[in-house]
Amino acid sequence: MSENGPKKASIVVFSGDMDRVMAAFIIATTAAAMGMETSMFFTFWGLQAIKKKRGTGKGLFGKMLSIFLKDIDGIGPSKMNFGGMGRWMFKKMMKDKKVTSLPELRQMAIDMGVKLLACQMSMDVMEIDREDLIDEVADVVGAATYILEAQQADITLFI
Amino acid sequence: MSEELTPEKELDARGLQCPMPVVKTSQEIKNVSVGGVLKVMATDPGSMADITAWCKSTGNELVKMEQGDGVFIFYIRRTN
Repeated sequence: MSENGPKKASIVVFSGDMDRVMAAFIIATTAAAMGMETSMFFTFWGLQAIKKKRGTGKGLFGKMLSIFLKDIDGIGPSKMNFGGMGRWMFKKMMKDKKVTSLPELRQMAIDMGVKLLACQMSMDVMEIDREDLIDEVADVVGAATYILEAQQADITLFI
Repeated sequence: MSEELTPEKELDARGLQCPMPVVKTSQEIKNVSVGGVLKVMATDPGSMADITAWCKSTGNELVKMEQGDGVFIFYIRRTN
């Protein structure tokens, strides 16, 4: 817990599912709106949420994996994706209900000062470079940095 | 009381869904002077609980809450 200064929230984004990432950004923007210092730590599949829309990888496996890695606009829901149909349907349903889109939510989080951190180890394994991630990513860090953030946080979530 | 409630700024958050009314409120309150009142209009029914929670968390004062015709109106006094 932070003893003085603003309260803090720290969110691990492990999932690359559209619905889960959506929940993560809604919570992050709301925490920031409520005056909390908020950080998001993107690891493994979650890296897609801060990845540019472009191919990644150096070796054969890295390049193969790249085929399945999307950007924030391309990730599908955890259920009922049906090869992209679900993504299209959810996007349409959310738009019809005037729910803020995922790319807009991410921009909102950035504008509100939410700190975006990327996991170094997942990036190494998945052959994703710093240049493959959006410029707004504050830092590329390891687990200890996340733990330090989490130690000081009043809210920690793993999504 | 009523003259005190003359809002310094108004925020039209009608049609916006969670979490946008709260997010926009947090941004707009910065444009209100301390002691001034921000009027927020929203249609998201969740905003009733959410704006209240936001005020509680940030320490701003929810002076008055009204509803009618599916619109929720909040008068928030900036305290810090």
